[in-house]
Amino acid sequence: MNLHLAFFGGVDPWIFTFSFITVAVTLWMGFRSAKTSKTASDFFVAGRSVSVGWNASAISGEYLSAASFMGIAGMVMSSGYDALWYPVCYACGYLFLLLFIAGPLRRFGAYTIPDFAEGRFDSPMFRKIAVCFVLFIGFFYTMPQMKGAGVTLAYIFPGLPYWVGVVLVGAVITLNVALGGMKGITLVQAVQYWIKLFAITVPVFVLMAVVGFYNGQVGANVAPGETATAASGIQASASPSTGIERKPLVAKAPADTAWIAPFGPLTTKAVNAAAAALPVEQRATFLTEHQKPYSLVYTYSLIIALVCGTAGLPHILVRFYTNPDGVAAKKTTMWVMILIGVFYVFPPVFGVIGRNLMPELYSGVGAKGTDKVVLELPTLISAKYGVVGSILSGITCAGAFAAFMSTFSGLLVSMTGALAHDVYGRMLRPKSSSAERMVAFKLAAILIGGVAVTLGCFVEPLEINFMVGQAFAIAAASYFPLLFMSVWWRGMTMKGAATGMLTGGLCALGAAALTNLGTLALDKGPMGKIFANFAPLNGYWAEHPLLRILCEQPAIWSVPLAITLMIVVSKATSDQVPADIRMKMLVLHAPEKLGLKQEYIQDHQAGAGH
Amino acid sequence: MSSPTPNHDDVVHSEPFLRSLMRRQLALSIACAATFLVALLGLPLLNYFAPVFMATRVAGFTLSWLILGVLFFPFVWIISYVFIKRSLRLEEAEVQELRR
Repeated sequence: MNLHLAFFGGVDPWIFTFSFITVAVTLWMGFRSAKTSKTASDFFVAGRSVSVGWNASAISGEYLSAASFMGIAGMVMSSGYDALWYPVCYACGYLFLLLFIAGPLRRFGAYTIPDFAEGRFDSPMFRKIAVCFVLFIGFFYTMPQMKGAGVTLAYIFPGLPYWVGVVLVGAVITLNVALGGMKGITLVQAVQYWIKLFAITVPVFVLMAVVGFYNGQVGANVAPGETATAASGIQASASPSTGIERKPLVAKAPADTAWIAPFGPLTTKAVNAAAAALPVEQRATFLTEHQKPYSLVYTYSLIIALVCGTAGLPHILVRFYTNPDGVAAKKTTMWVMILIGVFYVFPPVFGVIGRNLMPELYSGVGAKGTDKVVLELPTLISAKYGVVGSILSGITCAGAFAAFMSTFSGLLVSMTGALAHDVYGRMLRPKSSSAERMVAFKLAAILIGGVAVTLGCFVEPLEINFMVGQAFAIAAASYFPLLFMSVWWRGMTMKGAATGMLTGGLCALGAAALTNLGTLALDKGPMGKIFANFAPLNGYWAEHPLLRILCEQPAIWSVPLAITLMIVVSKATSDQVPADIRMKMLVLHAPEKLGLKQEYIQDHQAGAGH
Repeated sequence: MSSPTPNHDDVVHSEPFLRSLMRRQLALSIACAATFLVALLGLPLLNYFAPVFMATRVAGFTLSWLILGVLFFPFVWIISYVFIKRSLRLEEAEVQELRR
């Protein structure tokens, strides 16, 4: 039992207490709401009666995942300016959702995206395809959450293996979802948003008050075209111009100028790898010719993936159905943008301060690398203020728990919903009773939770934020074109929609998988051995850096591909446009006060002809 | 479904009504989206073609960092606020038109 002692020997009591309270509150709220969740509707869409304030907090709570809480800070620290696109696009993607999708989708009224897919095209077949995609995107998005769990628990209990954290957290959330369903997690997630905001802002402001503000911290890095004053970054010294202290950077850290300027290490990785494979005398010309244009392509592709992907994430979309009407859906989106926008200003601050004061994290890999800067940084002020540092670190740990717990539970609900409502309720046993469906919901939750935990154990070497970006890229090439086109173009047919969505989504999925396999093959730990067969991939990419970029960030070609296919195939099958398309379009776009929805349902039931 | 329909229903179900409805809403959405996209897609271009200007220091931040890391969020809030105001007004106008 030496192992046990090792786990608990280095545990900071404050950090443990705060994290424990967050988990306990989450569980308690889940159990409590389990008592009030009675009907199937409560389970699936929270009785469709969630107020704007609660719903906006809940959507924000669900959306701000481990990637937002820990990943962005880690990525800003490791990649600098380019990583700022992530928080900005995570927040701005909601604008697209608001402008084009939120209102119409809510007016159409359906439980899930598969419901919409079936209703819009009168095709049960299309429902099945859409369900598969809910699961695909969902699993891709659960992996980084699981890594967040593993990293955080390994931080709280030094010596605890990564996988134990994954299994533990996975089990807790699965239990919670199985008991409470959607109504349970609405309340939990709303509260968790405020925990996260508190947990990121309080430590940030305390830290900045002690070590210097955001602008000063950025200013301590030398921008291109400036002369390096005070040997910045080379020696541990306070720069005379800003008064900001810095520790010497380690060898693995990017240089100041590359870090603070656009087109830095994140977007130029592929070109740099390609240059390294060339003979020395060709390197300089190759870099000047290719580096900047290729990183511009990377940047645009990343922007498209994140903005369109936000508008296509199934676990976010399902939340719009919990609004009472389309007006509330729009107002909710507005509030969500404000709530998450306020939050997203802060994680990069951790990354910037971390670069100046904790450069040793650059040398770590996996759970010990930059991804844990948010958790580790508050301990800096322990030296000056003793226990305050531990308390702050405890608060950020609680926030991290709230982050991966809320997103994982949201994903679990939407995936479980897809499995229980669509697969079981609609396909396998259409005549099942309400009670049977609730049992199915609980079993499906356990099944999906198990798969997610298993996948989570494999992804330790991958960067949290990067994995989330991939989930977005897949959603951007499948659900976004589907929703956008079917809401605004009446000529869409089921075949067009299915072809576009499947091709776009699968291409993005394949590209993301290839990239991950290549990265895993490079890992020095056990994962590297498992995936060693994929190592030649990296050699190929070194010769073709543009292909590597298009594989890593597929959105720039996969989104247009999906939309083009939708248009072409729909035109070719234009005789299959649903007969009552005008009525469907009216329901999607006419103000709800006109009461067209009820009329549509009556028509539909009459038309179905019993 | 053979019950006599009130007069406004004919208007609601007519092709011109749906067209004007969708066109007006889409025009508003596209106008807002265009404002947003110009800023979003323009920033990398500025970074590309005017790197020295974008590296100008503004209170410690570089100009580019300040825009992307801080100013972008309020910018998006303004767009969405304007959109919601206008789109609710648009819906109200559509309902009023039919009731007349």
